[in-house]
Amino acid sequence: MVATQETIDKVKEVANTYKYGFVTELESEKAPLGLNEDIVRFISSKKNEPEWLLEWRLKAYRKWLTMKEPNWAMVNFPKINFQDIYYYSAPKVKPKLNSLDEVDPELLKTYEKLGIPIKEQEMLAGVAVDYVFDSISVATTFRDKLAKEGIIFCPISEAVQNHPDLVKKYIGSVIPMGDNYYAALNSAVFTDGSFVYVPKGVKCPMELSTYFRINEQNSGQFERTLIIVEDNSYVSYLEGCTAPQRDENQLHAAVVELVAMNDAEIKYSTVQNWYPGDKDGIGGIYNFVTKRGNCLGHRSKISWTQVETGSAITWKYPSCILRGDNSVGEFYSVAVANNFQQADTGTKMIHIGKNTKSTIISKGISAGKAQNTYRGQVQIQKNAKGSRNFTQCDSLLIGDECGAHTVPYINQHTPSARVEHEATTSKISEDQLFYCLQRGLDTEQATSLIVNGFCKEVMKELPMEFAVEAQKLIGISLEGSVG
Amino acid sequence: MSLLEIKKARLKLDNKNILNGVSLSVNAGEVHAIMGPNGSGKSTLSYMLSGREGYELESGEILLDGQSLSEMPADERARSGLFLAFQYPVELPGVGAMSFLREAVNSRRKFIGKEEFDHLAFVKEARKEASKMFVKDEMLKRAVNVGFSGGEKKKFEILQMAMLKPKVSILDETDSGLDVDALKIVSDGVNAQRSDDNAIVVITHYQRLLDYIVPDFVHILSDGVIIKSGGPELALEVEKNGYAGMINAA
Ligand SMILES: Nc1ncnc2c1ncn2[C@@H]1O[C@H](COP(=O)(O)OP(=O)(O)OP(=O)(O)O)[C@@H](O)[C@H]1O
Ligand SMILES: [Mg+2]
Repeated sequence: MVATQETIDKVKEVANTYKYGFVTELESEKAPLGLNEDIVRFISSKKNEPEWLLEWRLKAYRKWLTMKEPNWAMVNFPKINFQDIYYYSAPKVKPKLNSLDEVDPELLKTYEKLGIPIKEQEMLAGVAVDYVFDSISVATTFRDKLAKEGIIFCPISEAVQNHPDLVKKYIGSVIPMGDNYYAALNSAVFTDGSFVYVPKGVKCPMELSTYFRINEQNSGQFERTLIIVEDNSYVSYLEGCTAPQRDENQLHAAVVELVAMNDAEIKYSTVQNWYPGDKDGIGGIYNFVTKRGNCLGHRSKISWTQVETGSAITWKYPSCILRGDNSVGEFYSVAVANNFQQADTGTKMIHIGKNTKSTIISKGISAGKAQNTYRGQVQIQKNAKGSRNFTQCDSLLIGDECGAHTVPYINQHTPSARVEHEATTSKISEDQLFYCLQRGLDTEQATSLIVNGFCKEVMKELPMEFAVEAQKLIGISLEGSVG
Repeated sequence: MSLLEIKKARLKLDNKNILNGVSLSVNAGEVHAIMGPNGSGKSTLSYMLSGREGYELESGEILLDGQSLSEMPADERARSGLFLAFQYPVELPGVGAMSFLREAVNSRRKFIGKEEFDHLAFVKEARKEASKMFVKDEMLKRAVNVGFSGGEKKKFEILQMAMLKPKVSILDETDSGLDVDALKIVSDGVNAQRSDDNAIVVITHYQRLLDYIVPDFVHILSDGVIIKSGGPELALEVEKNGYAGMINAA
């Protein structure tokens, strides 16, 4: 199938406003519109799932029916009609591919437009890519190399078939199906996502990365990711997203669960660049994500690094449960909100084990009419003696119409613990801007420099190749917001 | 040939007359010194020249190398070769001095049709210039002006000047806050830039700077007008008698 003239025109049309906004012409196989038990059964049978998983989904669905959408976040949007969403769609490609030649050429084109030609990616040493296109993974690379180390990196639907015991043991173990409204929905209807298992004593030799795309009008995306790292092992996982331009809002409700055993370390990095809506606030993705890591083992460590530039609404709190003694949780975040974007994001650090340590560095940037909220909870439980938390929340305002809010919750039940919280709000000053202009930088260069300077502590936590991309993204997201 | 031409420049800030018809002509190869009491409008003049927002001319004209600046935005003036060493250099948290300098230099080079420096070539060049100013490599790894001492800030300004190779440089009280040794280093740095195809305007309160950077002309600015111009001896007169006599005579 070749791209239609309409597609090409569309790409040209949106290229100026949203670099990654385009639509791929793929025939897709859809479940009927809306949600009921039959849809849940349809998804499960499409995926050829075992009975236990269907039961689990149905239980989640029934739980979801009894729940209400959360309304405590500082975000406003019209009520979502959950019956007006397609819960399953799959591009028509063969589920098993031996080489990239077998991939739908239209799909390959999509990747090219996004600047990630697969062949180059494959050659790029050290990055294994598990592409998720709509709901089905279409190409998985580098798997052999990982398999040699005993590492499993595959679509979760495949893990359900090939490693059911692992999936059954850990799915929902960090985020129970009824944890919150969107997590329950995800548990009922998740279609695909990634599964990573690193056995004992293995340092994963490459960064694992997944590119998610949303491509189907009205198709909610319900990825489910599960990462388990055994004793003395390490993995770094990268997640990056872009989405095509659409007028209608698209719902995304992912669930990511991480489990780290004794002395294990998981580094999870995200660059999120979903369609934020146009400059008048029309369209854009609703991004309601539940991410949580369980530092189950002693001396385990989980660190979340996120750069959030996209989505009309972001509702996201990657968290750590510090259960093992001496375990460490980290959260490094840059959230950019421009025009009419609304971001309510932060983290929870739940200290349960002794001498557990957490660090939170949050950088919120607001421009245009955007609202940016940091919401963080630090909980030091009774037995978490000698635990420590350090939180730093900095907000940068660009212009006079945007807002930044900091909402820290601190529950401390142990006198021997130490919790520190620092917060600042600043503006890009005229002095700073003029100083840069006087050195010959234009307004956008100057803004980008100052903003990236502001985010530096977080950016340095990102893997190199991601950091470069993320810096560009932040620049693009703020274009036209100053001067 | 005149590199900088200011014709009857008038400017108001907050409805207050600050510049009241300043005229000045600076030729290639010349160094001019502007002196004058606090609040006489020296920094305002430098902001006006470099195109800071809010410092637009009410009337008059300014030309850089024959080209009118009135409609030109600040960043383009800079790329065209106008440099201002700030009286109070601004901190840019998190922005590495080396990468800031590189973006600035490459913007200018690109504008004048020169090849941009690649990373290695730039670092080499920057280190060379930095060592002349006794600026340590370590300082260039820090964020622009953040935690720099007063003297270090001024050195960094002149280092930027050396790298940008401007046509016209305005140095606003570059000597303030410098100890004797630093004053000499910075002055040497400036003198090394003097050439037949650029011009320098130094704003200062003190003769001691002009001992090192010997000006061709000295102008006294008072209440937004140049009330007296002369040779280097004028600065000595200020040093000896202050401004009062001149202002009364004007
Ligand atoms: N934004 C402003 N609004 C109104 N008046 C201003 C503004 N900025 C500066 N001024 C006034 O303009 C006058 C000139 O100030 P300027 O900073 O140019 O003086 P200066 O000659 O550089 O003084 P100094 O020697 O102390 O550096 C002063 O009276 C100052 O108070
Ligand atoms: Mg001044």
